[in-house]
Amino acid sequence: MTAATKKGPPPSRKFAGDPSGLHGMGVAFFDIAETAGGMGILFGRILTRILTLRLDGAELKRNLYKMGFKSMPIVIITALFTGAIMVIQAAPLVQRFGAYGLLGWGAGFGTLREVAPLLTALMINGRVGANNTAELGTMVVTEQIDALRVLAIDPISFLIAPRFLAIIITLFLSTIFADALALLGAAYSGYGLLGVEPGVFYNGLTSGLLGIGDVMSGLVKSVVFGVVMALASCQYGLAVKGGAPGVGRAVNATVVASAAGIFVLDYFVSFTV
Amino acid sequence: MSGADAPHSRVIPGSPDEPGGVALIGSEAISLFQTARELYSIFVRTLYYTFRGRREPGVVAEQMYEIGNRSLFFLTVVMGFFGTILVYQAGLQNKRVLPDLTMLGATYLELLIRDLAASIGALMLATRVGAGIAAEIGSMVVTEQIDALRMSAADPIDYLIKPRFVASIVMTTALIIWSATVAFTAGMITAYVFFDVAPRTFANVQLVDIGDLSIGLAKCVAYGAAIPIVSGHSGLAAHGGSEGVGWATTRAVVNTSLAVIMLNLLISTAGLMIFGG
Repeated sequence: MTAATKKGPPPSRKFAGDPSGLHGMGVAFFDIAETAGGMGILFGRILTRILTLRLDGAELKRNLYKMGFKSMPIVIITALFTGAIMVIQAAPLVQRFGAYGLLGWGAGFGTLREVAPLLTALMINGRVGANNTAELGTMVVTEQIDALRVLAIDPISFLIAPRFLAIIITLFLSTIFADALALLGAAYSGYGLLGVEPGVFYNGLTSGLLGIGDVMSGLVKSVVFGVVMALASCQYGLAVKGGAPGVGRAVNATVVASAAGIFVLDYFVSFTV
Repeated sequence: MSGADAPHSRVIPGSPDEPGGVALIGSEAISLFQTARELYSIFVRTLYYTFRGRREPGVVAEQMYEIGNRSLFFLTVVMGFFGTILVYQAGLQNKRVLPDLTMLGATYLELLIRDLAASIGALMLATRVGAGIAAEIGSMVVTEQIDALRMSAADPIDYLIKPRFVASIVMTTALIIWSATVAFTAGMITAYVFFDVAPRTFANVQLVDIGDLSIGLAKCVAYGAAIPIVSGHSGLAAHGGSEGVGWATTRAVVNTSLAVIMLNLLISTAGLMIFGG
């Protein structure tokens, strides 16, 4: 133990080498501009492949299975818990006014419009987005993408477009699923915690205060989040530099960028829809 | 062609690669149980070293900078947007039921302190900090630096997890208080611009009681403790080269977010039972 303490602290990431002040801001600005531009170009390329139907069906199916089906447990747990949390948060308000009939509306509105799409997107972002970047990044640093090009296979239509589509479909379907499950969780935790019958809960949900517009708003959000997440994870994956450590950095950057992008776009979608 | 299909779900040695049916449920249950036991062991050892281990303020300060200062901008942006959306949506709904918006701010502040600031802030931190910790520790594992530490009779928990644990508890609490402030200010501006609610009316603390404050603080501390433990565990469980680090990072983000949601449910339920709304 004494020998170990003399060796000093373990090696850790330096933070002295970063550019500071105005220089740092400039560097950060150029970084953001480069990534945003790269994402825009990538988006255009993917769209032309999708619109002309030049994408690999088998790869799409494989990714749908890997991203969609394999994420189900996380989506289920998140949705059930979220529904319960929504009811617990609405509980004091409902108790204060004695408005038990409004519990369904209170929990349902927040869940459908905001919380279910947002939390589903964040969870899928952690699982699928990060994974996708790691996978593409590994392919880049082991020169598998170049190998594809050598074989005259278009990496975008073979690898990127299927992943892009798979992420969007996954998120859209997961959000529908999460909406339903969160409401189920909310109904039964309302029964368990507040003694509100599930029937009363569903009455509150369907009595006219909530419409199809609320559900659609959440679904539009899920598609927008899917586009952002897919673009960010593909772009960061393809732009990996510097071997294996670069992959780790890219994964980290993707998760953060997608999460920030999700919240920023949530804002714009909330105001337009 | 898919570069990293291999080792993301842990397969029990001796069983066929992808167990199906009952075997799948069994293997998931066993791996869940193992994970829980490992997490418990890491948590207990971290606590032990926090009180009995080496004192190294420099490392803790460095981690505080890494976890706290580096997340400040990210968290400020996210919580600013989040506060705006929330008040806008709540205002719209409120108007559908009753046109009186005077209690909007008070209700919002109560909800923010009791749940949303801590939970949304912690989810964001789980993403940023959790991924960072897992990537850093994971790459130390695959480059055998952790083994080197063990060979020098230094427990990696003491050297790596403990400073992050201490730093994360302090900085998560500080960041969440800051993000509550940001979200509330953003909400106040939104309410003024869109619904003509005067800031003076909006900044109403009469609904916030000791119960809300203690639930909020309990959440801060619980999340701050959970993030480095769960993501450190994912990092230490990394195996298989650079791909392994990628998988570890992914698992860290997912597991840390799940931990935050579960702790949220647990603490919220306990709070409802103790303080009764």
